[in-house]
Formats: sequence, C-alpha cells, structure tokens
Amino acid sequence: METILSHPLFLPFVMTLVIVFGFPLLAGYMVLVERKVLADLQVRLGPMRVGPHGFLQPIADAVKLLIKEDIIPEDSDKSIFWFAPMISTFTALTSFAVLPFSASLRVADVNVGILIVSAMSAVGILGIILGGWASNSHYSLLGALRSAAQLVSYEVALALALLSGVMAAGTLSMVQIVKNQQSQGLWFVFDNFGFMIVPFVCYMIAAVAETNRAPFDLPEAESELVAGYHTEYSGFRWALYFLSEYAAMFVVSSVMVTVFWGGWLRPFPNVNWLEIPFNYAFPAILFIGSGVWCFPMSKRLPYAPHRLFLIVLALILIGIGGLFLIPMVNLAIIDIFWFFFKVSVAIYSLIWVRGTFPRFRYDQLMNIGWKVMIPTALGAIFVNALIGMAKS
Amino acid sequence: MATQTFLDANELVLNMGPQHPSTHGVLRVILNLDGEKILGTDCVIGYLHRGVEKIAENRTYPMFTPYVDRMDYVASISNGLGYCLAVEKLMNLPAPPRAEAVRVILTELNRIASHLVWLGTHALDIGAITPLFYTMREREEALKIFENYCGARLTTHAFRIGGLQYETYDGFEEQVKAFCDAMEPRIDEYETLLTGNRIWIDRLKGIGILTAAECKQYGVTGPMLRAAGVKWDLRKAFPYSGYEKYEFDIPTRENADTYDRYIVRMQEMRQSVRIVRQAVANIPDGPIIAKVPKVVKPVPGEVYVSIEAPKGELGYYVVSDGTNQPYRVRVRPPSFINLQSLEKMAKGALIADIVAIIGTIDIVLGEVDR
Repeated sequence: METILSHPLFLPFVMTLVIVFGFPLLAGYMVLVERKVLADLQVRLGPMRVGPHGFLQPIADAVKLLIKEDIIPEDSDKSIFWFAPMISTFTALTSFAVLPFSASLRVADVNVGILIVSAMSAVGILGIILGGWASNSHYSLLGALRSAAQLVSYEVALALALLSGVMAAGTLSMVQIVKNQQSQGLWFVFDNFGFMIVPFVCYMIAAVAETNRAPFDLPEAESELVAGYHTEYSGFRWALYFLSEYAAMFVVSSVMVTVFWGGWLRPFPNVNWLEIPFNYAFPAILFIGSGVWCFPMSKRLPYAPHRLFLIVLALILIGIGGLFLIPMVNLAIIDIFWFFFKVSVAIYSLIWVRGTFPRFRYDQLMNIGWKVMIPTALGAIFVNALIGMAKS
Repeated sequence: MATQTFLDANELVLNMGPQHPSTHGVLRVILNLDGEKILGTDCVIGYLHRGVEKIAENRTYPMFTPYVDRMDYVASISNGLGYCLAVEKLMNLPAPPRAEAVRVILTELNRIASHLVWLGTHALDIGAITPLFYTMREREEALKIFENYCGARLTTHAFRIGGLQYETYDGFEEQVKAFCDAMEPRIDEYETLLTGNRIWIDRLKGIGILTAAECKQYGVTGPMLRAAGVKWDLRKAFPYSGYEKYEFDIPTRENADTYDRYIVRMQEMRQSVRIVRQAVANIPDGPIIAKVPKVVKPVPGEVYVSIEAPKGELGYYVVSDGTNQPYRVRVRPPSFINLQSLEKMAKGALIADIVAIIGTIDIVLGEVDR
C-alpha cells in the first residue's frame, strides 16, 4: 500500500481519473451556470423544474442524451462521422494534463506546458472539420469551413498574446510561470508597468474566438447555419462535441488564469498581513454566505423534497466554509479555491459577453483577426520585451 | 444557369427553410452560393397559404372581420382597422369620434408591439440574444391592455364595422398612460444595448441597400421606404381614423440600409408613444359604434382603403355586388410586396447578411401567403 501511495505515478493517475470522470459532470454544471447567468441577464428564471432551482438539470440532460436514438445520416462518411467527436473530446481533455490546479495538484508538470495546450487546441480543430465534412450536409460543411478558418487565424493571435506572458515568466512550464509570479509578488497582468494588460486583453478576445463562443460563434451560428458543424449530430455524439467545447472553455480560462492572473495565488501573494482577509475571511464568507442565503430561498420553493435538498446543500456549503477556517485544512485547499474562483470569474465573463454582444460576420472576424489582433499582439511583444530589457 | 464562380468551381445550392431558425416562419429561400457569397436567391412562398381572400367571398361582411387578424398576426389590430375602414367607406358609415380615438390608441400600441417583436427577432438573428427577452417583456404589457379590452391577446378582433364592440374598461386610460411612461425609458435601454454597439453597426451598415428609386419600382412601403429618405406615411398623406388630429413626425433616414431601417423603426416607436399620449389625453365622449344595420349589405360598388400598418401600406380592395357577402376582397399586404426586394438586396451579400436582410424586411409569413 505504502509503495503504491508513494509511487511517482500515483497522484497523476488519480488526477487523470478524476478529470476524465469528473469533468463531464463539471461541464454539465457549467451549462447550468451558463443558462442561469443568461437567464439572469435576460430577466427570466432559467431551468427551475428538475431539482430546486434546476439544480439536477445537468443530470437529467445527460440521461436524456445517453438514451437518445443514435442517428447517423445515410449519406455520411460513417467511420469518420463516428470518429470525429472523439478527436475533439480527446484533445480537449488532454489539455487538462498540464493545468496546475494548485502548487502540487496536477497531472504533469511538463516544461513545454503551454505548447501542449496550444497544440492540443490546434489538433482539436480536426475533429470539427472532419465532423462537418463527414456529415455530408451543406450547413455542416459551411460551419466546418468557417471554424477551420477562424481557429487557424485566432490561434496565431492567441499564441502571440501568450508569448508576452511567457517572456515575462521566462519559462514554458505552467507551474514555473505561477511560481515566478509568486517570486515577483505580482500577477503578470499588472507586470511591466501595466503594459501586460494589452496581451491579456488580446488573449481574452482570441480565447473567446478560439472556443467558438459568442460574439465569435460563427461555426455554429444558429440563426444562419442552424447548428453549424454539428447540425447532423444527435445524442451522445453531439454531447461529446458539447463536452469538448466546454472543456476548451475551461482550458482557455485556466491558461489565462495561470499566465496572467497568478494561477493558484491569492491577490497580493507576498503581502503577509493580507493572508487573513484573503485566505480565511473571503472564502469562508463566500461559502457560508451562499449557504445562509439558501435558507430564505428554500422557503419559497413549493415542493417539500426541493426544500430539503436546498437545506442539505446549504449545510454542505456552510460546512465547506467552515473548513476554510481550520488552518491545517485551509493550507491544503486554499490554492485550489483560488484557482477555481479565478476560472469561475473568467467563465462568468465569457457568458456575460455572450449575453451582451451580437455576432460578427465572417469577413469582419477575419479582418479583426489578421488586421487588429495579430499586429496588436506583435506590438505588445515588442513593447514588453523592451520594458523587460530595461528592467533587468 | 452558368455563373462564373471563384476558381470556376460549381456553385453550392443551399436550401434555407422552410424550417430554418431565422426565416421567420415558413419562408423558403434557395441560395446559390460561391463559398459564403450569395450569387442569387430564389424565394419560395405559399407554405402558409390559407385562401383568406377566397374565404371572404363565402362569409358575410361582419363574419370576415376575425379572419383578417390571422394575416399579420403580429399586428392584428391594424389588419382589423383596415378592413373595417374599407367596409365603412363602402357603406358610407363613418365610426363615431370616440371609436376613432380608441382605435388610434389600440392601433398605435399594436404598432409598438409589432416593432418590438421585429426588434427582438432581428437582434436575435444578428446574434444578440438578450434584447429579445426585454422586448417581449414590454410587449407583454401592451398585450395585457388588449386582453383587458377585448379578451384576446394576439388575434384580437378588437374592432367592428362601424366602430367598437366594447366600451373601454375602467382604468384603461391609466394603464395606457403607464405603458407610455414605461416605454420611453425602455426604448432608451434598447438603444444603449444596440444603437452604438460596434458589432451591431458593423453588421448592419451598408447591408441590404434599396434606394428610393428601387423602393418605388418594387412598391416597397413602410419603414423600408422611409429609411430611403422618402417622407411617405399614409397617416399623414391620407389621414384616416382621425390621425390628422395628432401631432407626430415621420422619421426618415438617407442611407437606405439595414441600420437606417433599424433607426427608423426605433423612432417610429417613440412617435407612436407620442400619438398614444395625445389620443389618450382626450378621448371624446359619445357612442362607440355608428348605427349599423342588422344585415350589412352595401350598395354595389368597389372601394380601396389603405392604412399605414407597422410593415407598410396595408390595402383592402373590397367589391360589393349588393348582397351581404363581398363579391371580392383583395388584400395588398405590405410584407408580400416588400419581400420581393429580397433578391435585389441579397445579391453579392454573405450568408450572414441574408439573415439580417430577411430580418430587416420584417415579414410575417401569415401575411405573405395569406
């Protein structure tokens, strides 16, 4: 037993299992959050029927998708049609391997971590193109073409924006990037007298395009192309595309958090007296506060099991909040808290953007990609390199 | 048809509709594409044809009034008004002033409701998902007024030949005033979301241009004509139902593109609020319906009456042969005639633009196909 636990591959193996089996659930809840946040922006309630406030909706959706009839169009290229969603899911999940969730919690610390993430997202396009091509449908084909063009152009801007961050850190390893931010006592987004904000904004815009989300959701623009490349997909194969999309969303947010927002570090990581408010008070208030908020909410629910469910949820949240007050436990989980908190903020802003902006047109998207984003990212590299040289 | 395409490749024929999210019903557009560029469009209509004009020949004059609501169901009150005015003119039986004022209030509220539906769906087509829910929220208030007035929300059958069936309910004026007060800040809210939005401007400016001369060639009316700079509004040109008593402007723009049509419609909503305010401030007392004979039997003759519906000129050509059923009813639907300009506007545009162009015409397929 001891030997298994201390084996160097033990933690990565467990982490892999957790990610592969846990992420679908997380993605389901990301969908629920997205629906709820959009509903909030759009003066409506969102899912309310399955569980209290729609809390069990993702489970119901997953079950529905699993038991749905699997339709493969007659004229499609069946083997590729069958295989394409797997490429997307596989590559999206592979990117998780290099994400550092905390100082010690990760699958692998590769010295070219960022390269792996961008390589995987580039290969992931293949799944979309093949899926669109194999469907043998005009809408799918147009969606796949758009998607390929879009991802290839924004990949460049994305990589160039990341390059500024890599220059500031001096390493490609995701863990080392965070550690360098810790030693400088500064998130890289505020580095170089604030000039790093330019590549950060570039990255953020390119990331929205890279994940095919509004206002860059042309490959699946439902008002034009019905559903784009996955028009012909249904059931679980469609769910795989969905999963890969949400995985991509999580990965780009994580990379943004790692490179620009200090990964698992709290704000002002080296100011010691801020440890109490940020590491103890903030998470405890967040969790206990949301837990307490559940009690008046539960009173308004008409259905008794829903009320009970919400109260149990409230107690769990208060319990988690209490854990943050125990110094020993706090030390173990505070890094994970900050990482996921920042990723949540990033994902929230992605949803917010989706609820606010209209969609770009194909040629405008290309214009912005090549004529605005790439020159800006290149200029940012130049300026940040000069400032970096002047500093050292 | 051999058309030169890029690299001499075959053109791609894309069948858009009749079941498609943004053809606003059952419009079918066959697109000839070169990549994303549209070489030609072919409109197929008739999926919602119900033979409304033929039905009219087998119904008495009052019995046909509910049918007109089913044409442009988004602006059913305007349809009813047009038909009632036509029969009233045929019988030389003008509605009393009180009925005229209530008709103006309800019709203008319906214009606002119709434009709200247009704004929400148009924004949704362009990719802005949120305004739809805001516009539906305000439309709901207008529909509540209709519901309180006549019991129906969508296909209202609010008017009768010769005036109104119902007296206004208690609190009608207050509810209408409250709606007007709420509406103006709401329109400002939509404008903050869209008017200055860079993506919105990029998507709409210079798209689907139809100049004033082309509008006249096609017979295009309504906001599309006014966005081309022609100051033409039947409420001013041939006032009906007492519109000459109210002060309002005809908003026009010069560029004749999709963005200008958006601006024109937004301003029209403000003007409608202005008209409703004036109308509701002094609704005259008196009877609500003229002395209509038990059997509506006009003398033989024919009449054409047109009104400014939310979508353009809505005309009714009614021929009487002296019996209690019309000999012929011909409807001039604005959507049907405006839709003919689709091919002209869409040529050379991209796929994303055709969605914007269909949206900017503001069609209702019930009215196109009748």
